Amino acid sequence: MKKLIKYNLLDIVRNRIVLAYTLLLALITLSVFSLEDNAAKGQLTILNLILYIVPLVCIVFSTIYAYNSVEFIEMLLSQPVRRKTIWLSLFCGLSGALSLAFLAGLGVPLIFLDQSRTGILISLAGVFLTVIFVAIALLAAVKTRDKAKGIGVSVLLWMYFALLFDGIVLFVLFQFPDYPLEKTMVGITMLNPVDLARIMILLKMDISALMGYTGAVFREYFGTNAGISVSFLALTLWALLPFYFSLRNFNRKDL
Amino acid sequence: MVEVSGIYKRFGRLQVLSDVSYRSTKGDCTALIGPNGCGKTTLIKTLLGMVIPDAGTVKIMGEEVNRKWRYRTHIGYMPQIGKYPENMRIGQVIEMLIDLRKDCASPDEELLDDLALKKIYSKRMGTLSGGTMQKVSAAIAFLFRPDILILDEPTAGLDPVSSEILKDKIRKEIGKGRLFLITSHILSELDGLVSHVVFMQEGKIMFHKEVKQLQTETGEARLSRVVAQIMLAGK
Repeated sequence: MKKLIKYNLLDIVRNRIVLAYTLLLALITLSVFSLEDNAAKGQLTILNLILYIVPLVCIVFSTIYAYNSVEFIEMLLSQPVRRKTIWLSLFCGLSGALSLAFLAGLGVPLIFLDQSRTGILISLAGVFLTVIFVAIALLAAVKTRDKAKGIGVSVLLWMYFALLFDGIVLFVLFQFPDYPLEKTMVGITMLNPVDLARIMILLKMDISALMGYTGAVFREYFGTNAGISVSFLALTLWALLPFYFSLRNFNRKDL
Repeated sequence: MVEVSGIYKRFGRLQVLSDVSYRSTKGDCTALIGPNGCGKTTLIKTLLGMVIPDAGTVKIMGEEVNRKWRYRTHIGYMPQIGKYPENMRIGQVIEMLIDLRKDCASPDEELLDDLALKKIYSKRMGTLSGGTMQKVSAAIAFLFRPDILILDEPTAGLDPVSSEILKDKIRKEIGKGRLFLITSHILSELDGLVSHVVFMQEGKIMFHKEVKQLQTETGEARLSRVVAQIMLAGK
């Protein structure tokens, strides 16, 4: 098990795309902080960037990597190795390598330049998003046999979480202005890890104006600290559940 | 050692295997032949647990394999098209597998030497030609001295020299009482190697006979002629 994770991890870390991703993140962090004097503004810019870039890179890269590993998985399956071990090591390899890339490119420079708790929280949120979108990518890859279709599904899922979800929520709100939807909204926010990560950080930064509707409700409902804990918990579930379903599917899959 | 009974498998609307039963014992070298898409590879993959049958049982070494994994210590598999992580070097792949297989104390590196793979250990898998990739697959199949060897189109992409080396190795291992299951379209390649023939068509086993018996039945000595005779007679 450990060995397989190590092999997967080394293979992914050496990938040029992952290297480019690290450099891109580092470039963004450094340039944002050299342009902005105000640390909070810098954090916000970075936050908005990672909420889009991290999920996109993680989901697309992981989907493609999962498809490219099919033959490797087949080779391992002809050896006495559990299916669970193979899939788990793919998941750990991908999320480990991409988290490392994220931390090296963004987390460490951010914590170094910024030296605030928020920086740590942003890094943590980035790692969460990485793991979550790797899990979603694996689920998409295991469910669709065709590579092009699988990558398409992944991109659509990213669009849904990053762009469409907020639109749908707003649409629902405007359709039912007379109903007390606050509690429902808290529940609905749980359905989107990107929103959860955003709210978690904005709660910490305490910028009400930018929190948006769901964020404001969240704070009112849970308070700052409990709100952060709840979003943590929900994010953990977001990482575990898609992976669990992908594993179940992989165990029954014909290769 | 290998026993399958009543295997059914459907991919969507396509019935790939229907009521496939077959058994083979120590020392047998069985050629699995049949037209493209008749279910040969699917049958092999059910033996390896890569494809899970809709119905029926697979027994390897007397034990039912239903989603177990340890039995695969007994099987060496050479896939039709082997692909490996492109970033890894040949040596790394071999070392990784040896590293994973702690159960085998002394790996059989004969093919690695004979096919001159050790000289190109530092080549990346992504840069290899199809034939070289097949050599790697062949070497891996024999690496852990398995009792059962399943070779899917073993000689299709190999040059004549390597093909002979592989066939010599197969011959040698048959002598040690290992069980072989080989699929191939190039029947002349299998001449003199196989003891049994399984002929599949549209997901069914049409017959499973000894080569000697077939030779007397058809009056032909060479395997390719024997099969051609049968296929013609079938039409």
